Amino acid sequence: MNDPVVEIRGLAKSYRRGGQIVPVLEALDLDIGAGDFIALMGPSGSGKSTLLNIIAGIDKPDRGTLRVNGTEIVRLREAELARWRAQHIGFIFQFYNLMPVLTAAENVELPLLLTPLGRGDRRRRAELALSMVGLADRMTHYPSELSGGQQQRVAIARAIITDPTLIVADEPTGDLDRVAAGEILDLMVRLNAEAGKTIIMVTHDQRAAERARSVVHLEKGMIRTETDAP
Amino acid sequence: MPLPLSYNVRNLWARKLTTALTAGGMALVVFVFATVLMLEQGLRDTLVGTGSYDNALVIRRAAGTEVQSTVDRAQANVVESRPEVALGPDGAPLVSKEVVVLISLDKRGSGGPSNVVIRGVGPAALTLRPQVRIVEGRTFRPGSSEIIVGRGIAERFQGTSLGQRMKFGMREWTVVGLFDAGGSGFDSEIWGDSDQMMQAFRRTMFSSVVLRLNDTTAFPRLEDALESDPRLTVEAKREAVFYAEQSETLARFIRILGLTLSVIFSIGAVIGAMITMYASVANRTAEIGTLRALGFQRGSILTAFLVEAVALGLAGGVVGVAAASAMQLVTISTMNWQSFSEIAFSFRLTPGITVASLGFAATMGLVGGVLPAARAARLAIVDALRAA
Repeated sequence: MNDPVVEIRGLAKSYRRGGQIVPVLEALDLDIGAGDFIALMGPSGSGKSTLLNIIAGIDKPDRGTLRVNGTEIVRLREAELARWRAQHIGFIFQFYNLMPVLTAAENVELPLLLTPLGRGDRRRRAELALSMVGLADRMTHYPSELSGGQQQRVAIARAIITDPTLIVADEPTGDLDRVAAGEILDLMVRLNAEAGKTIIMVTHDQRAAERARSVVHLEKGMIRTETDAP
Repeated sequence: MPLPLSYNVRNLWARKLTTALTAGGMALVVFVFATVLMLEQGLRDTLVGTGSYDNALVIRRAAGTEVQSTVDRAQANVVESRPEVALGPDGAPLVSKEVVVLISLDKRGSGGPSNVVIRGVGPAALTLRPQVRIVEGRTFRPGSSEIIVGRGIAERFQGTSLGQRMKFGMREWTVVGLFDAGGSGFDSEIWGDSDQMMQAFRRTMFSSVVLRLNDTTAFPRLEDALESDPRLTVEAKREAVFYAEQSETLARFIRILGLTLSVIFSIGAVIGAMITMYASVANRTAEIGTLRALGFQRGSILTAFLVEAVALGLAGGVVGVAAASAMQLVTISTMNWQSFSEIAFSFRLTPGITVASLGFAATMGLVGGVLPAARAARLAIVDALRAA
């Protein structure tokens, strides 16, 4: 493994449900190397989405440490964490989560509003990112005018536009048919192989997991196996 | 970094029907708010425009209105002979000794009776009131039973057209002229010869004496002289000030009634805006979670929804003010309880009223948006994303 970009030690998280404390993650250790493409798998309730959310800095663990690129993010205050996410994390969601009132180019440009870039630079980068995902001709289309696969490609363009340290994807093919899912996975593999992006992907889909470099199986909040994909 | 304004505006546009209905409710409230202020302004303009700053009006001390005032001939002569009174080209003092009587006339259309001011005036009356112009016919001949009628009266009352005969004060009077008083209170009056009116109504005393000051700064001297003269029981006011005071009670009544109604209605509109904005937050929970995940701070989310709510209010405000501005074409008449006579006036939209109305609309939007926006900003990212 390359130098770990994500170092997780003793991570624990539990939820309170109807007066009962339900443990989700228990004393979890995990390293993810730079340039890795990891699929997180496991049954429902195994804690894979919670782990992804904590790594992405949108949820907090109860215990344990989490260093991303040398930064201990558990200790960051909310506003610092938001700035950190804007710089270091690219998100891909199951349902694309595009802003319906913004065009493809405007959606992609959105994370750049949090940078000091000027309007012209932002627009140029958005165009570049959209052409990288093969949607150069759909700049001015609204999400409702695009297919599911195209919307997810816009979301990927949005995820890569700030050149983040990590791309986190939560069931990126969960809402797509086989063909579109295949295209999205091709794109992610290319981002990993050609652009060297580190990707963490939660998935239920065995075929999706096979496209990753390695697979981490979670069960009852603990890592059961780590295997390198064929 | 705030979200771009276009994001907020397009979100409003995306929910056209809800936005239109909510903004429509606000527009109605703003319409009421603006028209009330316009009505008050119109009334003030009409009455204030009635008086001239260079004229002084002399009435019995503490009478308050011309109708309640009596000035006998001896006192009127003393006033007339004051050195502060300007002289006309013929060397005669520019003074009009006037008698004001109320009569009841039937309105056109409804036919219901209403009080109208009959003003007996002296020969200098038209010189003293340059805003009063004869627009049809001619002025009355002194010593005759001829009258001239203000345009507001001719439009609203039966039997007051040029050439018609009217019966009041046990006599028949012929309408020989119509005058335009430039939208001032005189438009709602009927004028005739002062001595003829006094005979007809069996009056021995004038109601008021109006005079032109030879120098506008001479007023304090005139005021002191009249009030300290032991022969006199009169007080002097600048004509403009007198009419401004006349409008005070009615203007205040309209203002208080209208603003009270506006505030009560606005509670409904604010609740409407609040429901709309809560629905907007609920529909866009996943969107809010996404924006927060991308790195937008709680403050940006709060601002975005507040801006949206204010834009909603302003949309209603613009429509409301536009509708209210159309009211400027309407002239209405009502009883002025201070002079007990009917007065016609218009709605006047001023830049100040426009700004106040839009401010009121924006405030309604803001107040309606505060709680929903705070809710949006407080959402936990993970919970918000789960709403997708």
